[in-house]
Amino acid sequence: MSGRLIEIILTSFPRILIPGIKVTIPLTILAFSFGLVIAVLTALVQFAQVRVLRQIARFYIWVIRGTPLLVQLFVVFYGLPKVGLIIDPFPSAVVVFSINEGAYAAETIRAALESVPSGQMEAGYCVGMTWAQIMRRIVLPQAMRTAFPTLGNELISMVKDTSLAANITVTEMFMTTQRINAVYYEPLVLYLEVGLIYLLFSTGLSKLERVGEKRLSAYGKR
Amino acid sequence: MPLLEVRELRKSFEGAGEVLKGISFSVEKGEVIAILGPSGGGKTTLLRCINFLERAESGTLIFDGRPVDLASANEKEIRSIRLRTGFVFQNYNLFLNRTALGNVTEGLVTGRGQDRKEAEKTGLLMLDKVGLADRADAYPNQLSGGQQQRVAIARALAAHPDIIYFDEPTSALDPDLTGEVLAVMRQLAEEGMTMLVVTHELGFARSAASRIIRIGDGRIEKECPAGEYFKD
Repeated sequence: MSGRLIEIILTSFPRILIPGIKVTIPLTILAFSFGLVIAVLTALVQFAQVRVLRQIARFYIWVIRGTPLLVQLFVVFYGLPKVGLIIDPFPSAVVVFSINEGAYAAETIRAALESVPSGQMEAGYCVGMTWAQIMRRIVLPQAMRTAFPTLGNELISMVKDTSLAANITVTEMFMTTQRINAVYYEPLVLYLEVGLIYLLFSTGLSKLERVGEKRLSAYGKR
Repeated sequence: MPLLEVRELRKSFEGAGEVLKGISFSVEKGEVIAILGPSGGGKTTLLRCINFLERAESGTLIFDGRPVDLASANEKEIRSIRLRTGFVFQNYNLFLNRTALGNVTEGLVTGRGQDRKEAEKTGLLMLDKVGLADRADAYPNQLSGGQQQRVAIARALAAHPDIIYFDEPTSALDPDLTGEVLAVMRQLAEEGMTMLVVTHELGFARSAASRIIRIGDGRIEKECPAGEYFKD
């Protein structure tokens, strides 16, 4: 390998990693957290069979899962200004990724809620608890444990998907790499390098996921 | 005045037709009533209807002198009755994410707003009563079926209910584990707890019940003191 190439790799590494830490990771954490909140609410209104809200939830999931993430990003960032709603690149990305994650995770959590035996609910009623109390203290915690591995997978997907935010001018890792490449024109090396950093991030998350899973299994399998 | 009176309870299920065809009976305080009868006769449905786990088509429940419509009771009426009753399920239904002690205290703390410390004291007392004080920290999956059912009885007992409903409490257990559960129930009966027990355990019905109600095909076929029932 030529000295020039080694130097490009060494100098570009921190230049790519820093936006990874400053943009990619915060974007992932924020969007995933908001997404989870949306997902729990969306799953609950379906589980509780709240009539109108349930239909709204189904519609939301149908639209979001049925359209590309990239299209959703473009609609919010390039489209909404046409109707006077201008949102900065980073907040736009947070909004779109949250809404997108919310739709997928809602289905995961709904299925997990349905997998909790109905006897748990009945036992709660019989000891004098209300529906909301049973959901919060008994059913939802059990469902979240069931959903945990799938949600972990979704989190890992999201880290990688944040690279799409480059298309709406968020200077995250991928866009930074593109810019560096524009100067040096070493696409093979630079794109492999950014791929490696994504791989590091995903690996770290998988490790975390496994630790979390172990902790949650305190009360064992059913 | 009876503690509880059921009048003309009717219930049908789609596809199964009418499962309960007008059931009426009453329970005096301190009575132990065994509900016997063939499987599919509606015994379990009866218990579930009077604790509102199923909605009856029609009928009245008079609990401690206050009549409530079994078909149209509102949430407040239902809860006020549930706060005074205990229910023991066939398959235990312990909260899977709670320890044995947590199972007993959950309803006291969350459902009734009791102080946690106070509830834990009661909880340990109840676990001791069913012989499981040393398993207070075990999760349901670490307990045998018999132990789980005893925790479930402790849970039903903890709030000092006026009556405990038992829905085939030993049917899901291995034969060698039914004894420990029946022993706890016998002890409760001797202490004067009012109990309504759906069961197939004729031995228990003979020795612990004061009265027998036999249900078949959705109707009460026979109702008499236990002594009389087992004479023939």
